Amino acid sequence: MQEMIVSELSQAMHDIARDFAHFLPRLIVMLIIALAGWAIAYVVKVVVRSILRLVRFDKLSENAGASQLLNKAALPSPTEVLSRFVFWVAWLGFILLGVDVLGIFGLQEQVARFFFFLPRLFVALFILFFGLLAASFFSRATLLAAVNGSVPSPRLLSMAVRTIIIVFVLSIVFEELGLAQETMLVAFGIAFGALMLGLAIAFGMGGRDLARTFLEKRMTQGKKVESEDELSPL
Amino acid sequence: MAEESFLTDDFLRQLINVGEVDILVGLPTHNNAKTVGSIVQTIQSGLVGAFPRERAVILNVDAGSRDNTPELVTSISIDDMRPASNLHALRTLHSISTQCEASPAKGAFRTVLAAAELLRARACVLLSPDSTNIQAEWIATLLRPIYHDGIDLVTPTYCRHKFDGLLITNLLYPMVRALYGLKIREAYATEFSFSGRLGSQFLSQNSWDDGAGAELRFILAAITAKFRICQSYLGEKIHVERRASDLVPALRETVGSLFTALDPDLPFWSAVTGSQPVTTIGSEHEVCLGPLRINRKRLREMFATGVNELESVFESILSPATLAELQRIAGMEEEDFAYPAELWVKTVYEFAASYRKSVINRDHIIQAMAPLFRGRACTFLTENRNSSADEVESNVESLCVDFERLKPYLQQLWNV
Repeated sequence: MQEMIVSELSQAMHDIARDFAHFLPRLIVMLIIALAGWAIAYVVKVVVRSILRLVRFDKLSENAGASQLLNKAALPSPTEVLSRFVFWVAWLGFILLGVDVLGIFGLQEQVARFFFFLPRLFVALFILFFGLLAASFFSRATLLAAVNGSVPSPRLLSMAVRTIIIVFVLSIVFEELGLAQETMLVAFGIAFGALMLGLAIAFGMGGRDLARTFLEKRMTQGKKVESEDELSPL
Repeated sequence: MAEESFLTDDFLRQLINVGEVDILVGLPTHNNAKTVGSIVQTIQSGLVGAFPRERAVILNVDAGSRDNTPELVTSISIDDMRPASNLHALRTLHSISTQCEASPAKGAFRTVLAAAELLRARACVLLSPDSTNIQAEWIATLLRPIYHDGIDLVTPTYCRHKFDGLLITNLLYPMVRALYGLKIREAYATEFSFSGRLGSQFLSQNSWDDGAGAELRFILAAITAKFRICQSYLGEKIHVERRASDLVPALRETVGSLFTALDPDLPFWSAVTGSQPVTTIGSEHEVCLGPLRINRKRLREMFATGVNELESVFESILSPATLAELQRIAGMEEEDFAYPAELWVKTVYEFAASYRKSVINRDHIIQAMAPLFRGRACTFLTENRNSSADEVESNVESLCVDFERLKPYLQQLWNV
């Protein structure tokens, strides 16, 4: 009995040692891939950062108002954020490649999924980034145009423009990621429809006087409203 | 001859038919059929009267008029005015027309410069069809210093109503004077003349990515390159009425161009201290005092609304102290309201620095300036409501001194 136990234990130890001996090279290969991946990802980060600086990406982002958003979130410059993002994605890709080499059943499928998902993630992030920039830009443009044109409630208008753009962008992002497509589509339809209906009712109820004044001004020819019209800035 | 590539073949053929000229008169137009006829006759009269022996061409650059403006320009002959005058041209006086792509402000000036270079014009004058009282004498007044005295740039001075051109008196003139060191009254001129060599140099060196405000950049370039500059008094300035909505485009063309020029011109303006007078032929500047109906209350309201509604935009552009001060005066009652000169100067300088750093979209920075300018305009109107011409001039001078005194503040903002 004792001999059997010792024999089984020795067999188990032998199996473990053999499996470990089989596994060890793959673990080393994985670590080497991860290490090399880190180096390559670092080089890619430096290259991306240089290219972005060359094309003055920070300046472009500043013009579009992106830097402000990042500043508010206590994040570094857009160039730094993007190059760091590329670094992490590249390194994560190498780590997953290394994990794939380990040959662990189940993980391989997840790794393949990740690489399949990666381009969509990039496109979604790209859309999100520029969508938020567009929302910021157009809401500010609306605000300025409304203030300079003496349109009532300029902030409300600006916020409405921002909200519509963000909702629209988020719906595209979720669709791109393939997350809850139908739910998002329905939610977007309901939200957008509700917004439009709300605006229509608000305009109809609250804008009657405004519309009347507007039409009266348009229809009454030759009646000059006392204003700063006689002032020429130049 | 480097700039002919953007000119159309048809226009190049017209230029070849004209040959070399001594004088070129540029006339940018856009739906000016009502006035352009008399303006061309006035130009012809001015040219024949003052320069009968010189070869001259009137060049109309039209921005897509739908009222036959170009046809009117080219159809008017010098013979049309002979019965009414004793003027006789000794040389052929050409009138040609071409189209530019965008608005007159964007493409016309470049076309005029290119044509002047190709025709080897010694002197050029640019006139605006918006000035409804162009006189034949203006041609001689603007061109003689160029043609006979070796001056390279002649800018106009006018007799203006004390409240006409508030953007010029409250921003453009004081700021150009403080930064570039020359007391040029009309740095944004719609009528001015220049030598062929100045035109050629500007044409070859300037970037034409954004053509708006090229005339202002041209005048600033002449200052920085130390060309010989003088001013000529033209008399009363009467121009087409502008609406309140024209303020933002006016700010883009003037303030936007000035702010854009500040970065490349930094070595020049940072070395300038004080300001020097410019030789002026005729009166320095005259102020008229006729009655003018202006709604100051509305100006103040637009200022207050702007300051309140655009707080998030101003936070990116202005320093906290300046913004706080603006918010304080925005809350004042109408009778107490005053936008002090020093605060205005600081506001302008902070806008210039933010424009340079592009803290937000540059066009948005310019648009955000409109309500603040209205506030300053309101204060200027109140302060000078009952002022005589001399008092108005003294107040403008005082503002200019403030701009010069606070110039180190701009330099400090620039270097941060």
